Amino acid sequence: MVDIKRIKEGEYEVIAIKGEVDASSSIELDSAISDAINDGTKKLLVDCTSLEYISSAGLGVFMSYIEEFKKNNVNLVIFGLNDKVANVFGILGLDQLLKIEGTKMEAKALLG
Amino acid sequence: MFSRKAIIRLSTVFAIISWVGLLFTDLSVVFSATNNLKPGISADIPPVMLSLFILSLFIFFKYRIEKAESINFVDLLWKVFVTGLITTIVSLAFRLFLNLLGSTKLVQNVIFLDFIYLINLGLICSFLISTFIVWKRLILYQKSKFLLTVWQIFEYSLLFSLLYNVLPIPAVRDLEEYYSVLLVLMGVFLSANMKWVAYLNFKQKWKSILLIALAMFYLGYFAFTLFSLASDIAASTAAFADFRSNVFITSLIAFIFIYALFSLLVILFNLPTSSVFEQKLEEVVNFQRLSQSIQTEQSEERVYDILLESAVSTVFADAAWIEISSNGQKSQFYTQGITVKEIEAIKKHISDNNVRGVLDRSSDKTINLNKYLSTLKGSRFRSIMAFPIYVKNQQLGTLALLKDVSDGFNKEMTKIIDTFTNQAGISIENFRLLSEALENERYKEELKIAKRVQSSLLPKVLDHDGDYEIMAFSEAADEVGGDYYDSYRVGKYKIALVISDVSGKGTSAAFHMSQMKGIFHSLAQLDLSPKDFLVRANKALSFCLDKASFITTSFFVINSKSKTVEFARAGHCPTLFYDAEHDQASYFQNKGLGLGILRNDEFGNYIQTNTFHYKCGDIVVLYTDGITEAKNAKGEEFGYERLQKFIERVHKKSVQEIQKDLIRELYEFSGTRSIDDDYTTLIIKFK
Repeated sequence: MVDIKRIKEGEYEVIAIKGEVDASSSIELDSAISDAINDGTKKLLVDCTSLEYISSAGLGVFMSYIEEFKKNNVNLVIFGLNDKVANVFGILGLDQLLKIEGTKMEAKALLG
Repeated sequence: MFSRKAIIRLSTVFAIISWVGLLFTDLSVVFSATNNLKPGISADIPPVMLSLFILSLFIFFKYRIEKAESINFVDLLWKVFVTGLITTIVSLAFRLFLNLLGSTKLVQNVIFLDFIYLINLGLICSFLISTFIVWKRLILYQKSKFLLTVWQIFEYSLLFSLLYNVLPIPAVRDLEEYYSVLLVLMGVFLSANMKWVAYLNFKQKWKSILLIALAMFYLGYFAFTLFSLASDIAASTAAFADFRSNVFITSLIAFIFIYALFSLLVILFNLPTSSVFEQKLEEVVNFQRLSQSIQTEQSEERVYDILLESAVSTVFADAAWIEISSNGQKSQFYTQGITVKEIEAIKKHISDNNVRGVLDRSSDKTINLNKYLSTLKGSRFRSIMAFPIYVKNQQLGTLALLKDVSDGFNKEMTKIIDTFTNQAGISIENFRLLSEALENERYKEELKIAKRVQSSLLPKVLDHDGDYEIMAFSEAADEVGGDYYDSYRVGKYKIALVISDVSGKGTSAAFHMSQMKGIFHSLAQLDLSPKDFLVRANKALSFCLDKASFITTSFFVINSKSKTVEFARAGHCPTLFYDAEHDQASYFQNKGLGLGILRNDEFGNYIQTNTFHYKCGDIVVLYTDGITEAKNAKGEEFGYERLQKFIERVHKKSVQEIQKDLIRELYEFSGTRSIDDDYTTLIIKFK
C-alpha cells in the first residue's frame, strides 16, 4: 500500500511517501516521522510527489506532530502534493498550519 | 411365502414324520429279512425316508441358527455344545436301558437293536446338521466371493448326495467312495478359514477350546455307538438303513471332525498371542477416544487425562506424567502413579547427566532412552520414554512414561505413543480454534449491539420548519462509524444543524462520534453563533480526543423568519449550494480548521463565518468525504464536480427523491455496495 523511505540529504532529512496512506499504513508514516525527530533532525522535508491518496487517519499523523515540532524547534515542509491531495489538506485547514511548497527546491529554500 | 417361524414348525413336523416313517419301514424291512418273509415294503423306502429326514433337519437348523441375529462365536459354539449334550444324554439313557436289560433275549433281538440304532441315527443327524450350520457361519465370517462360491458348491454337493442314496443306480454306486473323498477334500479346504479365531479374547479362547473338545467327544461317542450297533445288526441282516454307506452322513462326520480339530489346534496355538491382538484392539479404541475427545470434551484438561490414560494402558507403563509448561508460568503436571517430587528428582537426574533428548524443550524430538534411569538411585523406575506435545508447531508440553524394569519400552510402543501425542496435539489445537471461533462470535454479537446503540444516536427525524424539507442518510463502512448529524430547535424560528466526520473509522471513530453528540446538545442550547460553537467545541474536544484524532464539522443556524442561514466550517467538506434563481450549484469556499487539530486559543483565528439568504427552490447538500472519495473500479473518485452536476440535474425533485437518486448514483458509480468509508448526506430544500 505505502512505501516510506528516509533519505539524508546533508542537513535535511527527506521522508519520501509513495502510494496511499490509510488507517493501517498511517502507522508507518507515524514511526518514520517520530524516528526522524528522535534522530535529532531539525530540517525535515516530506516528499509527497508519489503520494496518491491520504485518508483522515494519515492527516491525523501530521496534525499530531504540530505541537511537538514547535516545542523541539523542528521545521517540517511538505512538498510535491498533487491537486487532489492538496485539496484534502486545504479542506481540513492543515495548509494553514503546515508549510507546504511545490518543489523540493522551494522547500529547501524555505528552510534555509 | 412362509414366515421363518412357520418354516421352522413345518420342518419340525416333517422331520418327526419322516423319522417315524424311517423307523417303521426300516423295522419292517429288517423283520421281513430276518424272518425270511416276503417283504411288504420295498428295501428302497428306508433310505428315502432317511434322506427326507435329513433334508427336514437341514431346513430346520438352517432357519433356526443361520438366521439368528447373534454372531457371538462363543454363543454359537455353546449351541453346538448344548445340542450335543442333549442328544448324548438321550442316547446314554437308551444305552443305560440296554445295560439294565443285561443279556436278555430282547437284547439279542435284531429288531430291537435296529430300533436303538435308528434312535441314535436320528440324534446324530440332528447334532451333525446343527453343527454343520454353525461351522458354516464360522467359516463364512469375513467371506469373499470365492469362499462363498466354494462353500455353495460344497453345500449343494452334500445335499446332492442325499439323492444319491435314493436313486440306486449301480454304476453310480461304484463311484460312491470317490464322491466321499471329494467332499472330504472340499471340507478340508474350507476348514482353512479360521479368521473368527483372531477376534476371540483370551477368556473366550479357553471357553471355545472346552466347547469344541466336548463337541468332538460327542461326535466320537456317537460314531462309536453307531458303528458298533450297525456292525451288530449287519451280522444278522444287510437289509437295513446302514449309515456307513450313506455318503452324506459319513462325509459330514468327517468334515465336522476336521473343522473341529483344526479350530481346536488354531485356537490353542493362538492362545499365547491373543494378548497382542487384544492390545492392538485397545490401541485402536484409545486412539479413537483421543480423536473424539475434541468433539465431546469441555476442556483441554480432559484431553490430557485421556492421553495419559490411553498411553499408560497401551504400553503397560507403571507411571506417567504430562508436563504442560507455558512461558513464564509454573509447569502444570498431570500424573499417574508418580508424585511431582519424584518427577523433579528424575528431571534433575536427567539434566545432571547431560542427557539431551529426554524432557528437553529445546530438542525437536524426544527419544526413547531406556538406560539412563538405571543410575538413578532411590527411584523405582528403570526405563523412561518421553514425547513432546506440539500445538501449531510449538511444544506445549511433554508426555513421559516410566517402567520399573530396564529396557521396558520397544520400538512399537514408541511409534504408538508418538501417534497418540500427535493426535492429542491436534485435538488441543482444534479445541483452541473452536474456542477462538466462539470468542469471535461473541465479539460479533457485541458489535451488533454497538451498531444498534450507535444508530440510536442518529436522529430518526430532523427538527425543521415548514419553510423547508430535510432528509438525511448515513451508512457506516464497518459495524459502527464516525459520521454524525443532528438538529436542535433553538427558538421558534431558529434551528441549529450539525454534520460531523470523525477521522479514521470503526470503533474508535464511533466513540468520538458519541462525544460529538454530547457536545452538540450541550452547546446548541446556548444559542451560540456558528463560530462560537466551533471554538467551544474545539476546546471541549481538546480534552477528549486522542493525539492523532480530529473531527470535521459544519454548523448551521437556519432562521426561517429572516430566511437566512448562518454557518461555519471546521475542516468539513465544503457545503454544496444550489441557487434556484441562477440555476447553478457551487461550493462555499470559506476557510476553516478541523476540531482538535489546533488545541489552543488560536483556533478561532482559522474559522470564517458565512451567511446567505435562501429563496424557494434553493438546495443545500451536506455530506461527508465518504461520498466524494468513493472510488470506482478504475480508482477514480466520485469527486466534487460529479456531485455538483448531479444536483443541477435533479434540483426539481423532492428531497426524498434527490436522496434516493444520489445513493443509487453512488452505488452505480462504485459498482459495489461496500464503500470503504462511512458516508452521510443531509439534503435541505427550501420552499
